Amino acid sequence: MSTTEHSDFIDSDTGKMGMWLFLFTELFLFGGLFLVYAVMRSKYSADFHHAALELNAFIGATNTVVLLVSSMTVAMSLTAIQKNKPGLAMGLIFITLLLAGVFMLNKYFEWGHKFSLHLYPGSDVMKTLPHGEIMFFGLYFMMTGLHALHVIIGGILLTIVMMRIKSGKISREHYLLQENGALYWHLVDLIWIFLFPLLYLIT
Amino acid sequence: MNSLPNAPLNYLNHKTGLWSWLTSTDHKRIGLLYFYSIIIFFCTAAILGLLMKIEKIAPGETIMNAQTYNGMFSIHGIIMIFIVVIPGLAAVFGNFFLPIMIGAKDVAFPQLNLFSWYIYITGACLGLYSQFAYGHSPDAGWTFYVPYSAEVNSNIVIALTAAFVLGFASILTGLNFIVTIHRMRAPGMTWFRMPLFPWSLYATAWIQILATPIIGITLLMVIAERTLQIGFFDPVLGGDPVLYQHLFWIYSHPAVYVMILPAMGVVTEIFPTFSQKPVFGYMPIVFSSLAIALVGYFVWGHHMFTSGMSYEARWFFSFLTFLVAIPSAIKVFNWLSTMYGGSVDLKPPLLYAISFIFLFTIGGFTGLTLGSLATNIQVHNTDFVVAHFHYIIFGGMGFGFFAGIHYWYPKMYGRMYNIRWANIAWGILFFGFNSLYFPMFIIGLQGMPRRYFDYDPKFQTGQLISTIGAFILIAGLIGMISNLIYHRRRGAIAPANPWHGVTLEWQIPSPPPHENFDEVPVITREPYVFDNPYTK
Repeated sequence: MSTTEHSDFIDSDTGKMGMWLFLFTELFLFGGLFLVYAVMRSKYSADFHHAALELNAFIGATNTVVLLVSSMTVAMSLTAIQKNKPGLAMGLIFITLLLAGVFMLNKYFEWGHKFSLHLYPGSDVMKTLPHGEIMFFGLYFMMTGLHALHVIIGGILLTIVMMRIKSGKISREHYLLQENGALYWHLVDLIWIFLFPLLYLIT
Repeated sequence: MNSLPNAPLNYLNHKTGLWSWLTSTDHKRIGLLYFYSIIIFFCTAAILGLLMKIEKIAPGETIMNAQTYNGMFSIHGIIMIFIVVIPGLAAVFGNFFLPIMIGAKDVAFPQLNLFSWYIYITGACLGLYSQFAYGHSPDAGWTFYVPYSAEVNSNIVIALTAAFVLGFASILTGLNFIVTIHRMRAPGMTWFRMPLFPWSLYATAWIQILATPIIGITLLMVIAERTLQIGFFDPVLGGDPVLYQHLFWIYSHPAVYVMILPAMGVVTEIFPTFSQKPVFGYMPIVFSSLAIALVGYFVWGHHMFTSGMSYEARWFFSFLTFLVAIPSAIKVFNWLSTMYGGSVDLKPPLLYAISFIFLFTIGGFTGLTLGSLATNIQVHNTDFVVAHFHYIIFGGMGFGFFAGIHYWYPKMYGRMYNIRWANIAWGILFFGFNSLYFPMFIIGLQGMPRRYFDYDPKFQTGQLISTIGAFILIAGLIGMISNLIYHRRRGAIAPANPWHGVTLEWQIPSPPPHENFDEVPVITREPYVFDNPYTK
C-alpha cells in the first residue's frame, strides 16, 4: 500500500468526460437566461426591437470574429503540443490571450458608451423607458456580463496552461489540462455565437 | 473472519490529526466529513423546527413573534433542504460506498471531491451567517418567491448566495459520480452487475447536473434584481413573478428526487441482505430509478396550479405527476416481494427500511391528492402540504438515511452499536414522527394555512398533539444519535460482514483499508447471489 494519498494522475478520457459534463452544466446555466430572453421577447417584442437598435452590430461582429479566431489559435496550440512544439504552443496561447484582451477592450468601450448614455439598470434615463426596453438592457448586461466573467476565467485558465507548458508539466504525453482549457475556451466562444444574434442582429 | 482487535492500518488510523482529515482526498474520509457536517446542521435545523412547534402549542404568541417565526421557518427550510437533504445521502454514503461497491479505489476526481466539500462548507457557513448577520434573518421561505424576496429588507442576498454556492458543490459531486460510474468499475462489473445503490446514485447525479444550473442562474437573477435593480421578476419593472416560480421549480422539483432516489437505493441494499434473498426485479428497479429521474424533470408545474397557468398546462402537469407515481410504486412492490419468502431478520436497518416504505407510501398517496387539480385547490398552501412533504423527505430520505447509518455503521467504524438501544430509539422516533406530522394532514384539510405563527382555536387539539409529537421525535433522535456516538469507541468489535451481505463492501475488512482493496476485485456474476463463502 502506498503511503501517499491517491495518485494525482487522471487518465485523459476520464478527465475529458468530466470536462464535457461540466460544459453541459455551463450551457444549462446560460440556458436559463435564454429562456427568460425568449419569454420576455414574446411578451415585449416591439420594445425589444426598438432597444436592440441601440446596440452597435459592427462592434458585436468584430468581437465575434475576434473570438472565432481565438478559438482557432487555441485549437492550433493543441496540435502544436501534440507535435512536440511547446514554444509554438505557448505563442499560440499568447495570441489567444491577446484576442481575449481585444474582446474585453471592445466590451469595455461598449459598456462605457451605454453608461455615458445612462442606459444602465436603475439609472434615471432607464426609469423613463418602457418595460420591454428596461428588460432588454437588463438582459443585455446580465448576459454579456456573465459571458465576460467566463472570458476572464477562461483567460486565467489558459495563462495557467501556458505556465505549465513552460515548466514542462504539460508535454506531448500529458496535455489533459491544455485540452480541457481549450474546450472551455470553445464554450466561451460558443455562448457568444448565441448571444451575438440574440442581442445584436434580431431587431 | 476479520474481527481484528489490533486492527491493521485502515482509513481511520493510517494517518491521524485534524490536518490529515482536512486535506484528505480519500473518498471515505470525505464521506465522513460530509456526515459530521450534515449531522450538525440537521440538529441545528431540527431544534429550530422544535421551537416553531413550541410556538404553535397554543393560539397567539407564545414564545416568539411573527417576524421571528418567519425567519425561523425560512432558515429551517434553507438548512434542511440545501445543506442537509440535497447533499445528504449521496454525499455521505455515496462518497463512502460508491467506489467500494463498484470495486474502485476512489472516485474519478479525488481532489475535486475534497474541493466540493470545501465549497459545501463555505455555502453552509454563508447560510448560517445569513441568519445571524446584522439585520433581519431571511424571511421569504426556502422558496424565495418574488416579488417579496426581491423587495423585503432582510438578508436575502446572503441566503441566495449560500444556495448558489451549495448548488455548485452539488453539481461537482454529481459530475464526479457519473464519471466514476462510467470509468472506474472493476473488471467484469458490467452495468447490470452493478449493485442498486450505485444505480440510484447514477440517476441522482444526472438530475444534479441537468437541473442545478437552472436554480443557479435563477438565484443569480434574483441577486441581480436586488443589487442592480434589473427587474426580471418584479412586475413593477416589467418582470414576471410567475416566470420565477417556473424557473425555481424546474430545479426544485427534480431536487426532491435528488433527495429521495439515494434513499431508495439504500433500502434496496437493505431488503435483500436482511431477507437473505436476491432482490426481486433487479431490472425494474434500475429502470424505475431512471424513469423517476426522467419524468421527475417534467412535473414542476404541479407546484403552481393556483399561480396562473393555462388549463392545458395544468392538465399536462397533473397527468405527468400521476405518471411519476408508477415507477415509485414499482419500487415499493419490489421491496415487499424481496422480503416475501425470505428469512427476514428484523434488525434496526430493516426496521428503518420498513418504516421508510410505510411513511413513503403515505407521503406518496397524499402527493397524488396534491397532484389532482381539484383537490389541490382545497389543500394548496395548507399544513397538508407540509405534512406530505415531511412524510416524503423526513419519512423517506430521513429514515432512509437512518437505515443507511445503522446498516453501514459497523463497516464505517469497525464497531457495533447496541441493537436493543437502537430498536427502542427507532420505536420512539417512529411514534414521534407520526404524532408530529399526521395531525397536520387533518388540520391542513380543515384549512390550517402553512407558515402561520398563529391559528384559529379550532385547530388547537391537532396543533397540541403535533407539538407533543415533536418532543417525542426529538427524544427519539437523541436516543438514536447517543447510541451511535457512545458505541463509536466502546462498541463490540464488528466483523467484516455482520449482516451477511453479499455486495463488495462486505468483502473487505471493517473499517476498510486506506485503498479499499488489496487487489482489484474481478466480478463474475450478478450482485445479489446469496451462496457466497463470505456469508457463511
